[in-house]
Amino acid sequence: MLKEAMKQLWETYREAGWIPEPEAKAFFRSGGLAVPRFQTASDREGALAAGEAIGYPVAAKVVSLDVVHKTEAGGVKVGIADATELAETYDRFALLPGFREVLVEEMLSGTEVIIGAKVDVQFGCVVLVGIGGTGVEVYEDTTIRMAPLEAEEAGAMLDRLRGNRLLRGFRGAPPVDREALQHTLATFSRMALEVEGYIESIDLNPVMCTPDGCTIADARIMLSKRGEGRR
Amino acid sequence: MVNFTPLFRPETVAVIGVSTRSDLHPANVIYNKLHLRYPLRVFAVNPKGGRLRNETVYRRLSEIPEPVDLAVIAARADHVPGILEACIRNRVGGATVISGGFAEIGRTDLQERITEMAREAHLPFVGPNCLGIYVPGKLDTFFLPGERLVRPEAGNVALVSQSGGVLVDQMVKFAGQGVGLSLGVSIGNKAMVRELDLLEYLAADESTDVIAFYVEGFGPGEGRRFAQQASRCSKPVVVLKAGKTSEGSRAVSSHTASLAGDHRVFSAVMAQHGIAEANNEYELVSFCEALSCYPRTIEGKVAVVSVSGGHGVLASDACAAHGLRVPELGRDVQEDIQKDLSDSVKGIASLKNPVDLTGSALDDDFAAAVAALSRSEDIDCIILLLLPYSPGITSDLGARLSHIYLQTGKPLVAYVPHVEKFRMLIEGFELNRVPVSSSIEGAVLMVEAMKRCRPC
Repeated sequence: MLKEAMKQLWETYREAGWIPEPEAKAFFRSGGLAVPRFQTASDREGALAAGEAIGYPVAAKVVSLDVVHKTEAGGVKVGIADATELAETYDRFALLPGFREVLVEEMLSGTEVIIGAKVDVQFGCVVLVGIGGTGVEVYEDTTIRMAPLEAEEAGAMLDRLRGNRLLRGFRGAPPVDREALQHTLATFSRMALEVEGYIESIDLNPVMCTPDGCTIADARIMLSKRGEGRR
Repeated sequence: MVNFTPLFRPETVAVIGVSTRSDLHPANVIYNKLHLRYPLRVFAVNPKGGRLRNETVYRRLSEIPEPVDLAVIAARADHVPGILEACIRNRVGGATVISGGFAEIGRTDLQERITEMAREAHLPFVGPNCLGIYVPGKLDTFFLPGERLVRPEAGNVALVSQSGGVLVDQMVKFAGQGVGLSLGVSIGNKAMVRELDLLEYLAADESTDVIAFYVEGFGPGEGRRFAQQASRCSKPVVVLKAGKTSEGSRAVSSHTASLAGDHRVFSAVMAQHGIAEANNEYELVSFCEALSCYPRTIEGKVAVVSVSGGHGVLASDACAAHGLRVPELGRDVQEDIQKDLSDSVKGIASLKNPVDLTGSALDDDFAAAVAALSRSEDIDCIILLLLPYSPGITSDLGARLSHIYLQTGKPLVAYVPHVEKFRMLIEGFELNRVPVSSSIEGAVLMVEAMKRCRPC
């Protein structure tokens, strides 16, 4: 079922080479993973209605096939307090290249983690987890394993991170929901393996971890060029 | 499963492509050494016929008076399909194709043709473009004159190498460290017989206890099957991977793709499956030596025993750098050592770990320390730093300490300077299955190998 859904996404977005955030998040939600409440809108009125429905403060992100790296392109705004600010943000995003719509979603907080997958030529689908989320390249604290993973193996991966202490509750902070994180990692590994024929790599970055669960704050799926009959 | 016995344990060998004019021809070199030095019956083949070393040169395989187990093919690439066809017709058991001139120069068509033929006929062949097979005392298809080769003794390590050059060079290091081979095989272009096939064969091979690979790269998806198969194998698997730096130049569009470079993935998957990855050729030898003595895995709780405080500290530092612990010994263990020490050492030895028995130590003191440490559950491996300049140490100590290992089963690794006059001490260890390194770092690597074989 996931595979069929991915096949359709692949056919739609193969030209662009990647799947935009709303569809990527919907895909992972359909596999049982937690994503923020979000709505998309392609006009200002729709965006404001979405802000109302989600409840301020909200985050807004541009959806454009020409903008893979949203933050660098100025296509992300967090902590939007009210309709005025959201309208301004919408107007700014509408000018970005290839603008399709805006994604409005609830604000998240927590400890940032990156979860990713890559289809390696020699080893097939491998999964990565790391501390730091969007700052992962600064910390360089990641571990890699071949998919699929059981929840227990996911735990062993987390144990090998230098920053594991941050997850276990550092300097009085409450520990993150470890079971949820292991579950997210294991489920993600099975999903990625199932659709490995269609993908090149996936970033869930960041995944926001709190004592109450783990939520995928951003998701990007890079597509393989050849699809199922790859290599 | 393919039957590899004719390939690696042949009784009859045909060397195809010998020259009656030039004794430098690779086929002649191979024929000569098999003919003169190996316990098998060897037949020279060349369509022109004639005599070589006063023996018949057979015009064709079918003229050879008995069934041929192994065909060594060293003729021009263009002739190889025809020769292979003859091998199949004459029910030859296996072949090694020494000849180059296939995929490595772009002739993938020719390579595919022979591979297809061989697959269809279930005729296993090694190569093409390889040195072939070396089994100490049994078989040698290398086209290198015997006097130029350094030949390790027979042993229990199998070494599979994509590169013939690396295999030959590694054999020098194995011989130098006294590590014996059960089989050395260079698989060259690995058109048919590949790492996976050999992993399966060697896992069941009774003469092999450690399986080592020099790998340049796996085919698509092949690495996954290799890792899974190695993790099910009861014997330790060691891998040295070349091409660690080929990543990084490609433009990557996701964080994961940029963080999970080719070699990081390789190393991570090896560790996940309990395959010991050597970082360089020296580590490969150390890993093989240690694992050929101790195929079981340890947690990495090391005791260091020396007659020199400085060596103890150097070894502790090296242990820390390689992820091994040198835990402080409990009072009970210290007392267990203390009670058997000689009077001259009792008051001055430091027993916390590293254990420094001091320059006054006698053989008896080493025996006391090693016996007590072998009894302790807090320690799963002992590194001995033996400096035979110390006057209380005799040449018998190697054998004596080895016997404690043979009694208790607790792994020992020794560092002894590799100098000819300490030979008897070294052999006392090595002949009793205790590995000896010529450097502190090497001894630590050996312990690391035992730990790396734990899936993590």
